[in-house]
Amino acid sequence: MANLNLVQAINLALSQEMERDDRVIILGEDVGANGGVFRVTEGLHARFGGTRVVDTPLCESGIIGTSIGLAMAGLRPVPEIQFEGFLGPAYDQLCSHAARMRTRTRGAFTVPLTVRVPVGGGIHAPELHSDSPEAIYVHQPGLKVVMPSSPYDAKGLLISALRDSDPVVFFEPKRVYRAFREEVPEDEYTIPLGKARVVCEGNDLTIVSWGASVIQCMQAIEKSGKSIELIDLRTLYPMDIDAVEASVSKTARCVVVHEAPLTGGLGAEIAARIMERCFLQLEAPVQRVAGFDTIMPYYKLELDYMPDSARIGQAIQDALAY
Amino acid sequence: MFGSAIGPLIMPITTAFKTEIERISILDEHGNFDESLGKDLIPNADLVRLYEAMSACRFLDEVAFKLQRSGRMGTYPQNMGQEAPSLGAAYVLTKNDWLVTCYRENCGLFWRGVPMESILMHWMGDERGNAIPRELHCTPIAIPIGTQMLHATGLAWASKYRSEPHIACTFFGDGATSEGDFHEACNFAANLEIPVIFFCQNNFWAISVPGKIQCSAPTLAQRGIAYGMPCIQIDGNDIFAVVYAVKKAAAYTRATSKPYFIEAVTYRLADHTTADDARRYRDQAEVDIWKQRDPLIRTRDLMKKRKLWNDSKESDLQERLGKEIAAAVARAEGIAAPDRTDFFNYMYSELPSDLIRQRETMHTHSLGQDPSQLPAGAAMPTATAH
Ligand SMILES: Cc1ncc(C[n+]2csc(CCOP(=O)(O)OP(=O)(O)O)c2C)c(N)n1
Ligand SMILES: [Mg+2]
Repeated sequence: MANLNLVQAINLALSQEMERDDRVIILGEDVGANGGVFRVTEGLHARFGGTRVVDTPLCESGIIGTSIGLAMAGLRPVPEIQFEGFLGPAYDQLCSHAARMRTRTRGAFTVPLTVRVPVGGGIHAPELHSDSPEAIYVHQPGLKVVMPSSPYDAKGLLISALRDSDPVVFFEPKRVYRAFREEVPEDEYTIPLGKARVVCEGNDLTIVSWGASVIQCMQAIEKSGKSIELIDLRTLYPMDIDAVEASVSKTARCVVVHEAPLTGGLGAEIAARIMERCFLQLEAPVQRVAGFDTIMPYYKLELDYMPDSARIGQAIQDALAY
Repeated sequence: MFGSAIGPLIMPITTAFKTEIERISILDEHGNFDESLGKDLIPNADLVRLYEAMSACRFLDEVAFKLQRSGRMGTYPQNMGQEAPSLGAAYVLTKNDWLVTCYRENCGLFWRGVPMESILMHWMGDERGNAIPRELHCTPIAIPIGTQMLHATGLAWASKYRSEPHIACTFFGDGATSEGDFHEACNFAANLEIPVIFFCQNNFWAISVPGKIQCSAPTLAQRGIAYGMPCIQIDGNDIFAVVYAVKKAAAYTRATSKPYFIEAVTYRLADHTTADDARRYRDQAEVDIWKQRDPLIRTRDLMKKRKLWNDSKESDLQERLGKEIAAAVARAEGIAAPDRTDFFNYMYSELPSDLIRQRETMHTHSLGQDPSQLPAGAAMPTATAH
């Protein structure tokens, strides 16, 4: 057992999987000697060498496109995209090829790659270094999308992603990278993709969230003094809607919290699923707390954009008022 | 078989294409000055102004670094060592020619008239720093690497469409030449005959990734050859070479409406940004060599040789810059905080009603429910505060 932050937990997962399976290779911008701009791949270049930890040309489309080829040839590439804002050039390769290769070839080819992508705001970063585009990739059939909120989960989820036979977009919330440490076992363990975690149990209301917002939710719950159940989805696709249903059937009220913009965000999907499954048990309409439908502001105003415990607290009150 | 009756046929091997890339250096780091190219290139009075502009940019860079380290500014990309390329271009080009930049062109932007506080505000996390007056013909700092060259191509295309004589000059790093957009821009500009100067600042590094990972050819300049552009490589720390190349490129581009490629060989003397630690990936010995090649030092030495400059002028300059830059910092820091609803206000020419609702209720409601749907007595609107 070691007390690790998110960066260290991901690093541990990568190094253990590379040790275990020589098909795993890392590629991306600055992932080598520099250890990645967030130091997530620190030490891996020294340990596994330049053929397994590869600094590539500065080209996101190239990073994902070649990863697809590597994966089709049977390797397990783990490309890193430096910030979520630079997924743009990679979008074509991810969505036009990685996501559909299995289907197009009737399973003859698969693309077992795991794209690691730092995501989200709250760290005073420049423009395009603070966005939350997860819904775009959830909306693309054929991709799996993961976003852990804690070091323990990150290690177990990343190992599952690396062993998965389909493409996974693994979002790492920057705000959590060094926010706290927790016990992370050295021993191998996995957390299945598609399974949510009940962070805390409660009876009055359910909050569903993921990524860095989970921490804001915990603060709001503490301030509310209510008995609130918090579900961290962890995997956004496939989504553990059974866990949401079980909880909301018990509490009859639900608040969904995400940093990404409101419109077309996953809160809408979750609210619709709750309507489909729990309509008769609901005591209040599902509330959403989300980023606004604006461009993520530069950092002077980023905290005004991002859901905080006050806004979440307001939604809790609103849901309980019915 | 067919040739056997008349004996074996030998087709001569001809040369399909052959080229050379010129490399221009006029004022080198040892103080050698090429009179044949450099004689009347920059009048003495202008040389002094150019030196002062480089010094101002350098001064600001050092101040910005300290602001970041003391928590008064976010991540900042220092320009130190790369003052000459954008400055020389801004000096040569007219105010109607576009400067389409990324983040290592502060010196040229200041010469053009962009206020220092605008650049500071950008890196202080304030969009108002991007509100550059249109008449300066500068685009806002481009953050996604390698993307802005396509915009330059479109901007210059518009000039051509309107039969205006204006061209665009777009700047990018060695790393940026690996992005697809770079190649697309070159291809569009060349094939559609659009007057763009592609100006590559080759500083040998893209954060920690060395140039050989971006390009295996001996020069980056020759990337332009693949698109049929004239190409030139210059010493990017030599303000004379920059001015020479941009004059040549601008004349060609304006006359032919075709693009031109300049590779300026330079070096960033600082870390990639304040978030970087270059000691992790590059040798101090390499940095020390490039410190000797500093564009400011050689320009200053030449001015001294020409009796245009002396130590007292230098200390006067530093004193003046100290005051000017302190004032720019005061303006950047002194501006009233942006309104907390500011980020809604420039989303569309007309804000859709739902965005208006989001703006109006952002501090009183949770957003995910129309306030009119709340049961009576619920939701005491409480303004949230940080
Ligand atoms: C599309 C994109 N990918 C990655 C980044 C992160 N990043 C910022 S600067 C940089 C290196 C740029 O190198 P180069 O083009 O040589 O310019 P330099 O910084 O050396 O001036 C990288 C990878 C980015 N801003 N945009
Ligand atoms: Mg560079």
